[in-house]
Amino acid sequence: MTEGCALQFPHGADIGVRGSGDTREAAFAQAAAALAASVVEPDSISPTEMVSITCSAPNDRLLLYDWLNAVIYEMAVRRMAFSRFEVSLRDQTLEGRAWGETIDPARHAPVVEPKGATMTELKVEQSPDGSWIAQCIVDV
Amino acid sequence: MDRSGLERIALNEWRIPPTGPMRVPAVIFADEALIDGMDNKVAEQISNVASLPGIVEAAYAMPDAHWGYGFPIGGVAAFDAEKDGIVCAGGVGFDISCGVRTLLTGVTRGDIEPVKLDLAESLFRQIPAGVGSRGKLDLDPAAMDAMLLGGARWAIDQGYGDAEDLDRVEENGVVPGALAEAVSEKAKTRQRREMGTLGSGNHYLEVQEVIEVADPVAAASFGLRLGEIVVSIHCGSRGLGHQIATDYQREMAVAMPQLGIVVPDLDLACAPIRSDLGARYLGAMRAAINCALANRQILTHLTRRVFGHYFPSAKLELLFDVSHNTCKEETHRIGGRTRRLFVHRKGATRAFGPGHIELPLALRNVGQPVFIGGSMGTRSAIMAGTQDAEEHAFASACHGAGRQLSRHQALKQWHGRQVVDDLANAGIIIRSPSSRGVAEEAPGAYKDIGAVVEATHRAGLARKVVMLAPVVCIKG
Repeated sequence: MTEGCALQFPHGADIGVRGSGDTREAAFAQAAAALAASVVEPDSISPTEMVSITCSAPNDRLLLYDWLNAVIYEMAVRRMAFSRFEVSLRDQTLEGRAWGETIDPARHAPVVEPKGATMTELKVEQSPDGSWIAQCIVDV
Repeated sequence: MDRSGLERIALNEWRIPPTGPMRVPAVIFADEALIDGMDNKVAEQISNVASLPGIVEAAYAMPDAHWGYGFPIGGVAAFDAEKDGIVCAGGVGFDISCGVRTLLTGVTRGDIEPVKLDLAESLFRQIPAGVGSRGKLDLDPAAMDAMLLGGARWAIDQGYGDAEDLDRVEENGVVPGALAEAVSEKAKTRQRREMGTLGSGNHYLEVQEVIEVADPVAAASFGLRLGEIVVSIHCGSRGLGHQIATDYQREMAVAMPQLGIVVPDLDLACAPIRSDLGARYLGAMRAAINCALANRQILTHLTRRVFGHYFPSAKLELLFDVSHNTCKEETHRIGGRTRRLFVHRKGATRAFGPGHIELPLALRNVGQPVFIGGSMGTRSAIMAGTQDAEEHAFASACHGAGRQLSRHQALKQWHGRQVVDDLANAGIIIRSPSSRGVAEEAPGAYKDIGAVVEATHRAGLARKVVMLAPVVCIKG
């Protein structure tokens, strides 16, 4: 289980997603968890299926943009809801794993379809205490 | 919004003079209450738009403008390719060619009332709506490319609707210049099973009653009569448009340093119109417009089938189909000179005035229908382009009520079940796969559409024709 915290923050018609943790990896994983929670309540999801995601980018901010958009893509084409994520980073390549299941509208009551992660409020930053945050606005 | 940086230049028009990197002024259309209620971010974002290369005249924000990403929602800006003008993926948005089409039923509120509940159930069963819903079509690669090039005409060729519908769709249902090869395989994969689906969020299919006629002549020309029922469908290019926006936003952001473009906000990432990247984006974006037109055409067919069961003589003729997230190459007169411009409208509707050559003959003497969506509990409006549309924001008008509360704030205030029950008590039937989604879209989360419509009317962007009240709403 990835340690850290996933939360959403308000942004007009859209949704802000923020992950935080002791490591950059944890912050990326929790940002994806915040994104997934905007679609389906995580407690209602059985993490029975695992999907692997790989992406690369020239800097941390674009890497977060690519990672969240890759998660959105997998949710859309597989009709899946996710509740748990793990991320490993080597240089500027991300190897991610997402656990979840196929959406059952009656059981999961999905709320909204994320269209894409934007570059607004896009941040990957380390605090003076050493912890990391990863965040952006997601268009829904 | 803090008014200190604004100059009031008309009763419903505020100007931000160009400062710093702004190449032109920014103009916001709103009355005092709307301007006071707008987020300061709208002024910041529309000023940023005013700094983009090749921008013409001014950057405009409509009366329903709210904080978006890059462009504000409700933003309009035009660029001249001959003046190093750019095309901006964030200036169109993720839901490319999201729009509204309205169908005339000819039946009355009295006709609908006895079958309202059954009609709502049938529509809910037949119109794929919500996250993860799929349509009946499964497009192979050849069919996908044909759809991307053929738009609503392709859908009609597949048996979804009638050829006469095309006259009532912008560009006659097919935007030229689409490039299927400029659309990524990821975008095509995302769309493969999403044709004929409504989507989620603020997308809807709504059965509405004409409750007020403000302009009887225009209403008659549009086929709108007091007490009669219309059906409005609000959706866009689904996953295909979302993925195209994602792909090109990234590519533009990475390419800008080599292209020598500097922007104040990465969500304004852009490319010169006269560049390979700009041309590819325009080709892909036009393909997404065609996808949206085909999608709304298929949903029209499904709606007609349901209505045909209850009202066999109702044809559900198409009044018009307008898109409100686009970039279109148009001819405008600027300073007495005719220029070809690439007009970005993000959450804004094209609103050509009477006599415009691109309007169908049956509507040409009135002006283009402009559809302003409200919320599921309040009114919507149908307006028309004005005689002097060209003098205002490249013939553009607003597109909706605009949110006044975030989704978070709405969730704190309302529960979906209670919203559905309260609206049922008011005679409005809501059907949605998501109770939380209903709460996020609660009527109170939106601005007063009456104020937006009045400001639009008084600013001369479009003129009020009729107001509509919801009877049945299928929410995605």
